[in-house]
Order: sequence, then structure tokens, then C-alpha cells
Amino acid sequence: MTSAPNKPASKAAALPALELRKVNKWFGTNHANRDIDLAVQPGTIHGIIGENGAGKSTIMSIVYGFYSADSGEVLVNGTPVTITSPKDALAAGIGMVHQHFKLVDNFTVLENVILGVEGGMKLAAGMARARAELERLEREYGLEVSPDSVVEDLPVGIQQRVEILKALYRGADTLILDEPTGVLTPQEVDELFRILRQLREQGKTIIIITHKLGEVMALTDRVSVMRRGEMVAHRQTAETSKEELAELMVGRKVLLRVAKGPANPGATVLKIDGLNVIDGQGVRRVKDVSLDVRAGEIVGIAGVSGNGQSELLQALSGIMKPASGQILYKGEDIAGDPAKLNARALRKAGVGHVPEDRQREGLVMSFLAAESAILGYHDLPAYNRGILMDRDAIIAETQRYIEKYDVRPTSPTYKSSNFSGGNQQKLVLAREIENDPDLLLIGQPTRGVDIGAIEFIHSRLIEMRDAGKAILVVSTELDEVMSLSDRIVVMFDGHVVGELPASEADERILGLMMAGIDPKKNQAA
Amino acid sequence: MDNLNDIVTILASTVRLGTPLILCAIAGLFSERSGVVDMGLEGKMLGGAFLAASVAYLTGSPWLGLLAAIGFSIAISMLHGYACVTLNGDQVVTGVAINIMIAGFGPTFAFSWFNLGGRTPNLSGGQRFKDITLPLADTLKDVPVIGTIYDGLISGHNILVYVAFAVVPLSWWVLYKTRFGLRLRAVGENPSAVDVAGISVRGMRYQALVINGVLCGIAGAYLSTAHGAGFIRDMSAGKGYLALAALIFGKWKPGPTLAACLLFAFADAVQVRIQGVPLPFIGMVPSSFVQMIPYVLTVLVLAGFVGKSVGPKAAGIPYVKER
Repeated sequence: MTSAPNKPASKAAALPALELRKVNKWFGTNHANRDIDLAVQPGTIHGIIGENGAGKSTIMSIVYGFYSADSGEVLVNGTPVTITSPKDALAAGIGMVHQHFKLVDNFTVLENVILGVEGGMKLAAGMARARAELERLEREYGLEVSPDSVVEDLPVGIQQRVEILKALYRGADTLILDEPTGVLTPQEVDELFRILRQLREQGKTIIIITHKLGEVMALTDRVSVMRRGEMVAHRQTAETSKEELAELMVGRKVLLRVAKGPANPGATVLKIDGLNVIDGQGVRRVKDVSLDVRAGEIVGIAGVSGNGQSELLQALSGIMKPASGQILYKGEDIAGDPAKLNARALRKAGVGHVPEDRQREGLVMSFLAAESAILGYHDLPAYNRGILMDRDAIIAETQRYIEKYDVRPTSPTYKSSNFSGGNQQKLVLAREIENDPDLLLIGQPTRGVDIGAIEFIHSRLIEMRDAGKAILVVSTELDEVMSLSDRIVVMFDGHVVGELPASEADERILGLMMAGIDPKKNQAA
Repeated sequence: MDNLNDIVTILASTVRLGTPLILCAIAGLFSERSGVVDMGLEGKMLGGAFLAASVAYLTGSPWLGLLAAIGFSIAISMLHGYACVTLNGDQVVTGVAINIMIAGFGPTFAFSWFNLGGRTPNLSGGQRFKDITLPLADTLKDVPVIGTIYDGLISGHNILVYVAFAVVPLSWWVLYKTRFGLRLRAVGENPSAVDVAGISVRGMRYQALVINGVLCGIAGAYLSTAHGAGFIRDMSAGKGYLALAALIFGKWKPGPTLAACLLFAFADAVQVRIQGVPLPFIGMVPSSFVQMIPYVLTVLVLAGFVGKSVGPKAAGIPYVKER
């Protein structure tokens, strides 16, 4: 008890594990980092948050030696250091876990760990040393990984663990993790957090770059907020809130949960009965799924990614062929009729589709924004003049989308790939919503999208609902499903586990259902 | 006994025909494992053959010829590297350009130096690599089976044949047991992993291309100063492409690649043996058809039997540091 008051004092006295002073970085005319100041205390978990393009990855890439700063100082444990390559960063005790893992897929864990620090011309000795060291790290931090597994056979969560091990094996005291939870299941996220807390207990310093506020609140000790290339605030996590952080990130008040009135469901627009979908490998992905969506309501499909939701969406949008079962659209069974169940015919019949993977299926990255903005609707008379496309009309229409959906940059003649993820998503949404569908199928509406844009997208969807449209949303973000949907359907292993009104859903119940357990059924039994 | 002699003759011929394939395929293996697709094996080998024959003729030493071939071949590899590694050019196009350039280069210089219509003068005696009789080969010659095999198949090749067969296990060792090999395999699979580990991606690729040049140079010298006796226009006759096919068939691994090279060489040896010989039930087959055998086999093997042969993931893609 008596030692408690001493603890913060000793922490305050310690030199920062990492300190940045007035760091600037330009990319051409773009001032990506403006006078960044940052002090990360040793033995803490420090969050850096900001919207896409706020400069958080840039500043960390400077620390890791991927870029060099145009001006400013980097200090490690109080000593100024010059970092011009990842090697320098490692020498200064800084390790990085990249968002896209830097692992050689067909190598074993051991081979990946020693790459670059083999310790000699011949491998045998270094391999033996690394094996012993991995065992020690495993004991100390609870980082269990079998050293002889081939990386591509490991689940994503374990691959990430290999990345952490790589950094620790190289002697990192400060670990930077860039968007570490983007590809993880909720269980893997819990496991990662456990490991990170344990690393902190052992005196390591953790910096985590993220845009997920829930994770910042759950994990970090301190948090720094970036906006448009500047560091706008530093906070003790215990003394702030999601709402305050969101406001700091966006620069204005943000509704984390969009207000919506009760639904006013009308006629059934989509009814699925006993639907089965078998993929190219012969695996049954969707198993006897039945559900319906009515006009004027939003039905959300929740589930851990890979439990059949994607295939269900692809079958409904005419991309995958269902093996059996009925799909009734406005009362007519179209499941067995390829002339009706295909992407083109469905669009004509008033079914909009926002695919889960916008970069592969939503737009063509090398097309102009204006060209991407009419994909699938390119044969409408409005966009054509005889056998030629009406370029002016297309650009004018895209300009209208851009203004209405606040897409940035604002030029319809930029390449699609020059837009950020969130703005690409807004383009796809604008295309599908503005063509006024009766049924909108939408996968991962806000994956990788900034907080401010999420609010906007959610309000648009609710407006659509209130205009009497039927909307089916597939999302792996529980928060999103809960805040958008009127009814929630949970899928697990291709089956529908259960369905419940959004008003009765909470994270605990949905979490159980996502693991395949229906609490209602258990009560009854 | 006669049958055994026949078999030994064909196998010995397989070994001789397989040597340039093995050297080229292993050259390709190093380059492609580092992430540089090498369509230019044919040209590098042909260039080596021309330099080897010219220098051997002018100096009288096949060894100086070999050195010149290696040097020239490395120079071409560096040109390849400059275009595709430093300037991030297209690897396939660069390789093909090398082949076309060298196909004209040899005969042009041969014409101006020797005035013999695009070939070098015939090499004789000490200007070529001689066949080596291994110890005891003559003594054991008459021992049944073992003696025949030892004398007829294992002994009696020139030094470069033995070099080629030694290169395969050596490459395996380098690839799987050394630091260089680990980095080489990594850089062809995921160069950005190598980059963040603090290793130069370009450095690795250039090193691989140097090895590639050395091996192609040896292959070229073998063609003109060991197997043959002088440089002739287009004497590589597609062997560089066959080697590439063998590399794919061998899934970019030294042992299986050796086996694939020997299979193609065996088909070639059989082809040579049955040309002009009437076949049972079929009778005389026009020699053009017989000469097709190795190539038809290549097509069949690559189309039908390889199945999924997945090469190094990053092969063919220039490494550009991402933001």
C-alpha cells in the first residue's frame, strides 16, 4: 500500500522510451507530418489514433526507418538517434509489427524468425540458438508457437504472434503495432491483448496504431490523437472517453451510434428458404439458410468472418450459384433461373449490391472514379449516346455523387486507386444507393472507413430504410450490426444460429450465438 | 552384354547432353529463387559459347576460354540485373531481348574476326577440354556390369561434366544450409520481409545473377569447347528454354530439377540413337519426327504431368518499396 504513491513518481522520472520532437515529413506538396511531438513512457501501452490519412502510419514509419524525416529529432531513452533504415531502428531497440505481415509464407516459424539475424554463414548453429531462445520467449510471455510449423498453415492470429516473436528475438524493447486487430477474430484480439499486457508487465513498451476506439479504451494507458498530419491531443486513457476521442479525431462532434426511429416494415421483399451454397472446392458454405427481409427494415447478419455470410451474399447477388433452396424476390423464386439470378438481371430488377471487397469487386482500381461510378449501370440510356459512352453525362453524374457523399478528392477524373478506402466505399455506395434499388445487399459497409464517414454511411442507410427500402447488411463488426439493424440474424458454420430483434441483442448474447450457441434454445431445454 | 553396352552408351550420351541443361537450369534456379525470371538463359549460354571458342582458339587454352565465357556471361547477367532489378523493367521482355541480341552478336563478331561465315574455326587438341579417364577405368573395363558401367558411364567425360554434377548437391547445400540460401529463398517469396529484416533486396538479386552468369558461362564453354569443337551459329538450339522447362518441372528444387534435365537429355539421347534406324512395326520414321521427341516430351510433361508447379511467389515482379 505504501509503495503505491511512489509508482507514478518513478514513472514520471523515467526518460521516455521514445520521444519525437518537432518531426516534419513532406510527400511532395502534402505535409504528412507537421511538428509532431510525442513522448512514450517506458513500460506502458500507448495508443496512437487518427483517421485514415491522419499521418499515424507515416510517423511510425519514420521511427522504424522506412522513411526519413525532413526535420525534427527522434530520441530513444533520452538519447538522440539517427534512424535511416529498419536495421538502425532494431539497433535502437525498436521493433515493428506491420499491418500486412512481413513473413515468408512457405518458411517455417524458425526460418522467419532468424531471417536477417542468422548469426553466421551456416544456418545450423543459428537455428539451434533461435530454437532455444523461442522456448524462453514462449515461457516468459506465453507466446506459444511451434517453431517448425510452416507459416502459411497457421491461422492469422498465430502469424501475428510470429511477427511479435521476430521483433522480440531481435531484442526489441519498444514494439510498434500497426492496426494489429484488423484481420483478427474477436477471440484472437483477446489473446493479442493478453500477450501485449504481459509484455508490458515484463517492462516492454508498446505503441499501437489504430482507429478502433473500443480497443484504445480497453488496452492503452495513454493515447495520442492525430488529425490531418498534426498531433492534436494527448490523454490518459482513464481520463478520456470514446466520445471525446472521436471528436478529437474528426474535429467535430460525432455520433458513434446513429439515432433512428422504430422500423415500419411493409411487404416481404426477399425471402430465402432452405438455401445451400457449395463453393469451388466442393465445400458447403451456406447450409439450409432461411430468412426474410421486408420493405422498410434493415436486417443485419452477424458472425465471425468465414462462417458463410460472404457466400450467402454472393449467392443473393448472383455471383455464386446456389446448390438448392429458394430465393424469392418480390414473391418470385429466382434461385433456379440463371437468367434472373445474375448480377446484371438483378440490378435491372432493382437489387443493389455493395460487395464486401470493394477493391476487387466494387470498383476497378485503374479506372477513373467516373468510370467506376457507373459500373453495372453503364448501359443505362443516360450514360450512352448511340454506341458511344456519354462522357460528359457520366462525369456530371459522378460529380453529383461526389458532392452528395462528400467524396475526397473531389475530381471525377482521378483514378479510383487514388482515393482512400473510405472514399472508395462512398463511391460504391453512392452508385448503388442513387440508382434507387428496392433491395440493397451490402457487405461490410464500413470496413476500413473513418469514423466520420461511418456516421454518414449509417445515416444514409437509415434514410433509405425510412424511404421504404429493404436492406440486408452483412458485417463482422458487432457494433455496426447492433446499431444499424432492426433484426439481427447470426450465422455460424453456414447455419443460421438464431434471429432476434435488435432491441434484445447485446454483445454477450450475440457473442454466444456467434460461437454457435443459441441462448434462447438453451433456456427452453 | 550387348544390351548393357547399348544402355550404357545411351546413358553416357544422356549425361553429356544433360550437362548444359543442368548448368543452365541451376543458373535459372538461383536467379528465379531470388525473384528474377530468366528467359535469357539461352542467350547467356550462347554468348558464353562464342567467347569460349574464340578465346580458346586465339590463346590455345580452353581454360582461358572458360574464363572469358564466364566473364561475358556475368556481364550479360549484370545487364539483365540493371534493366530488371535497378530499373524495375519487365524481366521476361529483358530476357527475350538478351536472347535476340546474342543470337546476332556471336555470328557478327565471328564473321569479322575469323571470316568463316559466322562461326569460329574448328578447335583441335589442346584447345578443347579433354575427356578424363578416371583411375582404374582401364583396369576394371573387363569386369562384367560394374566395369562396363564404370568405364562407359562414369569415367571418360570432360571436366565440365563432373562440374555440372557437382553443382547440384552444392546448390542444395547453399540453398538450404546457409545464410545466403535462406535469404535467397526469402527474397523470391516475399522481398518486403527481406527488406524489413535489414537486407538489401537488390543486393541479393545481383548476387544471384552473378551465380547465374557463372553457371551459364560454364554451360556455354561446354557447348563450344568440350562437347563441340568450335562455335556455330545458334548452337544452343533451344537448350536454354529446355532448361527453363526442366526448372519448372523440377519445382525450383535442385534434385528434382536435375532429374528433369536428365529426362529431357535421355529423350534427346534416344532420339539421336534411333535416327535412321527402322523401328519394329513402324518401319522407317522420318528423322524430323524423331528429332521432335524431346520437345514433344517437354510440352507433354509441362502440360500434363507437372500439375500445380508453383514457383517463387515474387518471381517476375520488380521490388518497389511500398509506402
